[in-house]
Parts: sequence; C-alpha cells; structure tokens
Amino acid sequence: MGELKLMKGNEVIAEAAIRCGCDGYFGYPITPQSEVMETLMARKPWETTGMVVLQAESEVASINMVYGGASCGKKVMTTSSSPGISLMQEGITYIAGAELPCLIMNCVRGGPGLGTIQPAQSDYFQACKGGGHGDYHLIVLAPSSVQEMNDFVNLGFELAFKYRNPAMILSDGAIGQMMEKVELADYKPRWTDEEIEKISGDWATTGKKANRKQHIITSLELDSEIMEKLNHKLQAKYKKMEEEEVRYEEIQCDDAEYIFVAYGSSARICQKSIQIAREKGIKVGLLRPITLYPFPTKPIQKLAEKVKGMLSVEMSAGQMVEDVRLAVNGKIPVEHFGRLGGIIPSPIEVVEALEQKIIGGK
Amino acid sequence: MTEEIIIAGFGGQGVLSMGKILAYSGVMQDKEVTWFPSYGPEMRGGTANVTVIVSDDRISSPILNEYDTAIILNQQSMDKFEKTVKPGGVLLYDPNGITRHPSRKDINIYKVEGVEEAAKMGNVKIFNMIILGAYLKLKPIVKIENVKKGLEKSLPERHHKLIPLNIQAIEKGMEIVNKAS
Repeated sequence: MGELKLMKGNEVIAEAAIRCGCDGYFGYPITPQSEVMETLMARKPWETTGMVVLQAESEVASINMVYGGASCGKKVMTTSSSPGISLMQEGITYIAGAELPCLIMNCVRGGPGLGTIQPAQSDYFQACKGGGHGDYHLIVLAPSSVQEMNDFVNLGFELAFKYRNPAMILSDGAIGQMMEKVELADYKPRWTDEEIEKISGDWATTGKKANRKQHIITSLELDSEIMEKLNHKLQAKYKKMEEEEVRYEEIQCDDAEYIFVAYGSSARICQKSIQIAREKGIKVGLLRPITLYPFPTKPIQKLAEKVKGMLSVEMSAGQMVEDVRLAVNGKIPVEHFGRLGGIIPSPIEVVEALEQKIIGGK
Repeated sequence: MTEEIIIAGFGGQGVLSMGKILAYSGVMQDKEVTWFPSYGPEMRGGTANVTVIVSDDRISSPILNEYDTAIILNQQSMDKFEKTVKPGGVLLYDPNGITRHPSRKDINIYKVEGVEEAAKMGNVKIFNMIILGAYLKLKPIVKIENVKKGLEKSLPERHHKLIPLNIQAIEKGMEIVNKAS
C-alpha cells in the first residue's frame, strides 16, 4: 500500500505530478487552485526529480510553454481555473491540432466572466465540445474525490501519450479545496532521453538524427486537401477513444426506477440524495461519468431501456443534460437540475428536484 | 459508523485546523475522512466553518443539510447551524460571546468554557484543542493516541514541541465539558 496522507485535491495534483515523473509545470495563480503551484514550489521538485516548475507571466504564456515542452516529447502540464482556462484556449486548440500530449487541470469556478471563486461545473461545454476553434476534442476526466485527483494525473498522462492528445482533468472548487485520505502512488522516474526517443521518437523534436527526416510540429496546413486528411485522422482517433476509453461508475442502478446522471462533486451530493430518496421509498441510482469525453453514451442508453426517467444534476444551467438527452433519444423523460454561480446544491434539494421534475412530471 | 460534523466560528479561532486534526486522527484510525471548508474572501474576524465527516464506509456528499454534531463558537454560527443538528444529535458550544443560547429540546446540548479555560492555561491558541477535547469526550470516535499521531502529521515539525501542551488542552476539554441545563 502506498503512503496515506490527508491532502487537498489541489495539493494532490502537485504531489501526483512529481511522483508520476512529470517533466514540467507551467502555470499562473488563480483561486480556487493556487495550492497546486504553492505545493510544487514548497516541494522544490527541481532539486529531487529535476522537474521544472515555472510561474509564467500569464495563462497564455503557460499554455504555450506546455506546447513547447510537449513538442519535445516531455510530460508537461498546467493548471488553472475557468477564466484562466479561457485564456488558454488558443494554445489548447494548437496543441490538439499539432497532436501533442499534455495535461491540463481546470478547477472550475462560477462564471461567466470573472464570476466567483466558488465551485461550479459550468465549463462542461468548453471542456467537452471544443472551447477553442476547430473540430477537436480533449480527453476529459472528471474526478469526484481527492483520491481520483491523484489517480487521474497519471491516467491523464497515459491517455494523452497513447492518443497524442491533450487531456484535461475537469475538477471544481469543491474537489480542489476539500481534504480527504489519499493513497499516494510510488515515485516513477522521469523519462530519460532514450526513453523519450523510444516512446515518442517518431514525432517529437528531439534533435534531427542522420537516419530520419526532420520532425516539424505545427497545426498549420494551407493545402485544404491535406488539411481535410489531417482532420479525418483526428476524427478516427476520437472514434477510437469513444470505443475504447469510456469510463463510468454505476451506483445502486440494479433495481433503480430513476437515475441521477452526475459527475465530480455533484456525483458526491447525489450519493447522499440516493440515501435520502431510498429512505422515502424512491428507487434511484447514479450513473457517474468518469470520462466526460468520451461520454458514456451506451451505458446511459442501456439504462434508459429499464428506468422511468433521468435527472442530470450539474452545477450549471444545463450542459451535460444535452449529452444525456442525445443518448436517451426521447425514450424517457430527461430533466436537468442545478444551482448556478458558485452555489452547491444540497442533497435534499436534489431529491426534491427529482420528485418535482421527473416523478411528478411523468 | 458515520459521524457528520460542522465546526463553525470566527476565522482565526482555529476552526479549520481543529477540523484538520480531527480528520487526520481519523486517517490514523483507518477511517474514511472528508474535510470540506467554507472558502472565500474570509479573513481573521470573519466567519469560518468546516464540515468533517469520519466514517467506516465510503463518504458520499461533503455538502450536507443536517449534522450529527454541530460545534458552535460564535453567535452568527449559532443562528445558522443550531437548526441543522439532526434530532437526537449533539450541539456543543462555547458560551463566550453567545447572547442567544440554543433552545432546541430535541437535541443534546453541551457547553465548554474554552475561551475562559485557554486564558487560565495561559495560551489562547490552545482554545481549539480544548473544544476538540470536549467533543471527543462526547463522541469518542477516535482514540487519543491517534489524535496524538494526527497532531504529529498535521503540525509542521517545528511545532512538534507543542504537542504535549495540545494534548493537555484536549484532556482539559474532556474534563470541563458539561451538559447545558
């Protein structure tokens, strides 16, 4: 068993980065995720593993430093919160276009604009449907505990390198600020130059070798015929992700007549709501998407065959509910419940919404 | 066993760190724990509260409507959290600065003179440990040896010399807590 600690979600992101052999972190402070860089600066990994930690002059600079590091086949990452992630969108679409692996953590706060510093889930569209321009996707992981914040750093890098695609951990202020027991991973050494050559040698800019052509990292292609082919290649990659990388958890779905669909901190709240509802005799379960992209469409379709209705619970005005509705395709009623602007719904509110919108509305 | 607790008072009273020590003690006793603070532009003198959940099972929501125990350390928190104690639950409070005492009849109400006792002991900073002691007397969910380990884990090394004083304060809290009439 690994080392057990009590840590904040944000602190664990830093710890997991060091332990998984991350080469570089580039970031700019913003509440509610500033503990990530604070923890890294306190841990001084450049003295132990050699990991670079740099406070850039802005989020735009951070993501472009990530772009540079990723081009060299390095394990690099950044973290921010909603307004900062908006600033990064140009860099993110370039990284996706250039097919580079990297890890981004968004500790979501209420928007729009500068909004609030309290938790929200209103960046679902931005994370899952683009955010930047062009036809691209991020791999989006939604942790609902501090342990998953830890685990998804390593998983995010693994998937990013497997698909040469940016991965995002979509957290929120609640998961970031809360402390829980966490089992830390053992230290993995950073990749050596030889290992990088082996893993990413067919595309990374590691210095031109005599036996191969130069590698060029770009997202620009002025010949539309070629650009279309590149797009098809990206789409094929996303298709493969949709077939092979969907992750989700079902809680008390076996005998359920109704289903909550919720991720991240909302999924935690729904687990309490299930207890409360079941005490009242309402058989409800939870489908918790772990990957938001690729979305667990098929498991939701399957549940729609046997339940009477679904409630998508999100701290947004209703974003993921669109994907739930697409999956269900009109078979059963699907409604949304959420609080906005940094307000976290209480477990009882969620049960009341289920009663009013789904059970009462049938 | 699942114990859901809210600790609420002024910023600077050690509300968050008391919750952290309790949570770490839970980790040392092999429990599942969640520590969820109110965070925001609060500062010293403003209100601060933290939810701590200690359980044998996987913990569901860190956001709760009601609590097994409320530990209340100022009037604003009394106004806000007295009503959130589950029927049959525990409300523990320090009467210092409280103008409207709790009045519910369906919960168990206890008092601990933490501010006064900390002053007597000559160190106002151990106030929160007196309160923690009072709580642990009422709800012995973690063993004192695990609280000691929790203190070691949550305090920086340079403060470890203060652990005996903290333990003394916890013991004092256990001694002086009593049922409010």
